[in-house]
Amino acid sequence: MSIEAFRERILKRTPLCIRSGGSKDFYGGSLAGELLDVSAHRGIVTYEPTELVVTARAATPLAELGSALAERGQWLAFEPPSFQGAATLGGALAAGLSGPGRASYGAMRDFVLGAKVLDGEGRVLTFGGQVMKNVAGFDVSRLMAGSLGTLGLILEVSIKVLPLPVAQATLRFQLPLDQALETMNHWAGRPLPITATAWEGQRLLVRLAGAEAAVRDACGTLGGERVPDGEAADYWVALRDQRHPFFAGDAPLWRLSLPSTATPLDLPGDTLIEWGGAQRWLRGDPDPVALRERARRAGGHATLFRGGDRATGVFTPLPAPLAVIHRRLKAVFDPHGVFNPGRLLPDL
Amino acid sequence: MADPAGAHEDRKPGVKVREHTPDRDPDFPEAAPEALLAELRAILPPGSLITDEELLRPYECDGLSAYRRLPLAVALPEDEAQVVAILRACHRAGVPIVPRGAGTGLSAGSMPHPQGVLLSLAKLNRILHLDPVARVAVVQTGVRNLAISEAALPHGLYYAPDPSSQIACTIGGNVAENAGGVHCLKYGLTVHNVLRIRVVTIEGDILELGSHALDAPGYDLLALFIGSEGLLGVVTEVTVRLSPKPQTAQCIMASFDDVRKAGEAVAAVIAAGSIPSGLEMMDQGVTAAVEPFVNAGYDLDAVAILLCESDGTPQEVAEEIARMRAVLERSGATGIRVSRNEVERIRFWAGRKAAFPSAGRISPDYYCMDGTIPRKRLGDMLTAIRAMEKTYGLRCINVFHAGDGNLHPLILYDANVPGQLERTEAFGAEILRLSVSLGGTITGEHGVGFEKLNAMCEQFTSDELKAFHGIKRAFDPQGLLNPIKAIPSLHRCAEMGRMHVHRGELKFPELERL
Repeated sequence: MSIEAFRERILKRTPLCIRSGGSKDFYGGSLAGELLDVSAHRGIVTYEPTELVVTARAATPLAELGSALAERGQWLAFEPPSFQGAATLGGALAAGLSGPGRASYGAMRDFVLGAKVLDGEGRVLTFGGQVMKNVAGFDVSRLMAGSLGTLGLILEVSIKVLPLPVAQATLRFQLPLDQALETMNHWAGRPLPITATAWEGQRLLVRLAGAEAAVRDACGTLGGERVPDGEAADYWVALRDQRHPFFAGDAPLWRLSLPSTATPLDLPGDTLIEWGGAQRWLRGDPDPVALRERARRAGGHATLFRGGDRATGVFTPLPAPLAVIHRRLKAVFDPHGVFNPGRLLPDL
Repeated sequence: MADPAGAHEDRKPGVKVREHTPDRDPDFPEAAPEALLAELRAILPPGSLITDEELLRPYECDGLSAYRRLPLAVALPEDEAQVVAILRACHRAGVPIVPRGAGTGLSAGSMPHPQGVLLSLAKLNRILHLDPVARVAVVQTGVRNLAISEAALPHGLYYAPDPSSQIACTIGGNVAENAGGVHCLKYGLTVHNVLRIRVVTIEGDILELGSHALDAPGYDLLALFIGSEGLLGVVTEVTVRLSPKPQTAQCIMASFDDVRKAGEAVAAVIAAGSIPSGLEMMDQGVTAAVEPFVNAGYDLDAVAILLCESDGTPQEVAEEIARMRAVLERSGATGIRVSRNEVERIRFWAGRKAAFPSAGRISPDYYCMDGTIPRKRLGDMLTAIRAMEKTYGLRCINVFHAGDGNLHPLILYDANVPGQLERTEAFGAEILRLSVSLGGTITGEHGVGFEKLNAMCEQFTSDELKAFHGIKRAFDPQGLLNPIKAIPSLHRCAEMGRMHVHRGELKFPELERL
């Protein structure tokens, strides 16, 4: 489908459900509107390894992009999840999700440099660019991160890439939850090359990456048991894509985003913790209102990430003044309510 | 302009000032609203509302002192409740508000509005909370950038973004501009290091954007707000992320006999898999200007000098320096020195940090540009600047955040010589146009402010500008916050008269041309 064809569909003003790989159909509010399949709009537009930036059409599969980057010794350091393998760059931007490296390298929103979108009037708008530093105009390309396609049809994304680390190692420690949280926060405050952490089943895994010497020294400093490299690589990818056994089965999956130092919420159900304590997964069926209130009091928020009863909204509702601004921003980019209705917020 | 923090002291009497803004703006009340001033006086502590002309003078400009206006009044609130009350009062009266931090900005972003209140946030200067375990600091908007790092230092932590004005600039101003610094290639900009802000809207509502977690529900309004130049709301409180202080740092100083070779060396360092913690370039004009003042030992025969720094553990730094040194040698460096100790490393940097003040010493005035270009176009840009020097009959010396493509050409001029300021502005405008056509942007870190409104018309289409105006209205429907800044009106762009073709379409087709 060409941009012209997308524009025709938009100008009909019928609500559209933007979809490509469908790897994140489960995420956010239920799918609504006529299907707009954008999967043909794919391919790398420009890739400049020495500029640390790649520009690709929205439906470029993350796998394809990852291979092209790896050939030049680079990668998307925020590790966007691929889930069942069909994830695309545009979908990654729309969902705004980041993988195990998020607490160290940053999130999707930290790496996006520019975006070209079709707005609700069928106009092509380009924001940001292909350079690292750019403060001309409001930063709309970052606003797209996590907007779940409700602000426009993403056509093209420019994103910062990083060199693959020279060396990596993963260490394993036997630690109960409270000690693991304390340890992760303590280490994060020291100049150590930690790029990911995960705790589940009384075990803490710590990934180190960087210069050979830095990784070797940190292994010596931290101790623990070295996980064989192949097993470690599989572990972090499985965690990223939620193929780790913790994510198996039909029990509702909640995502709690909390300050890394928040004390354990002690909720019924299994827990897996990432991002140095800042992302906590919960398998179980707690009362959503009570859970959200506890997350709020701890300084964060809770999302019904997968499964469960999604009728009452999956994201934490916004305070009134913020909700007003959301509606006004939606009206700026999508005045006729064409894009992904209800996917981010029930009334948006 | 030479020293933003001291801009008001070193201004020469009789210097010619640009008079671009209309004296009176028909969108806002014509007469000084006495009732509003009385209301503001009642809100504020004694002496915190300035209306006397002599006392208003220090606020007439920011670090870009060529653009000046006297405000109606300056308000100096001491807490958030006073900020809320001031905004509500101005909102009711329909009077513009221009927020200001330390006034170190370089794009006239906090130049006062003649019918508006200048809101100085300098008194909101307390560090509220510093949590070394969670690695966050909660600070009021007027806290200085460097003061945060100083407070964090005993815990082995610091606030990473380090704009060159960090001794004076405030965190609120950093948020408004999305400030960078010499280490942002590795450690990121303000947007990467701020977790949460508290904002007062023009209607007096308080918004919390972001959180002490790593994300927040809904649109990423924190990212939208950072770099919004005071157009969307007034920041009262900021939570910043603190980073562990690297154990050590070492710097390579490499000489080149050709700017293109130096540019290619930058690309080669990146291609070899290194992200230096600092990667800066100075051309010969800059080294010649700074060396007499700092005695850094720069190679004055070099056409360009690269500073390339690594930080981390001692072993890590040694490994990275060896790798980068080999790359620079292969790239044709004519001389290489590696700092042997901290004193020497700081001396290497002294000239780079003194570049702006030194320009002020060798020339009565200078005009600092801020375009960003893809690194590989550096040679093209510097060659073009050479040609422009001849066209405009002015000298231009260049410092460059080479790692992230952000170029700071310093055009040297004398404002007391008739015609030089106009030529300087035309020179600068041409550099910005070239930045856009090379695939870059008109501003990498200094912001659009009032200064680059016309250049914005070069970079964005009318549809894109309309979207920006829409965003502005979503937060500030009446357009009272920092009017005539950052986003040009469609009429302004049309009136520029540059009917060039941009991305294959005629710009502003909906407007009639006279």
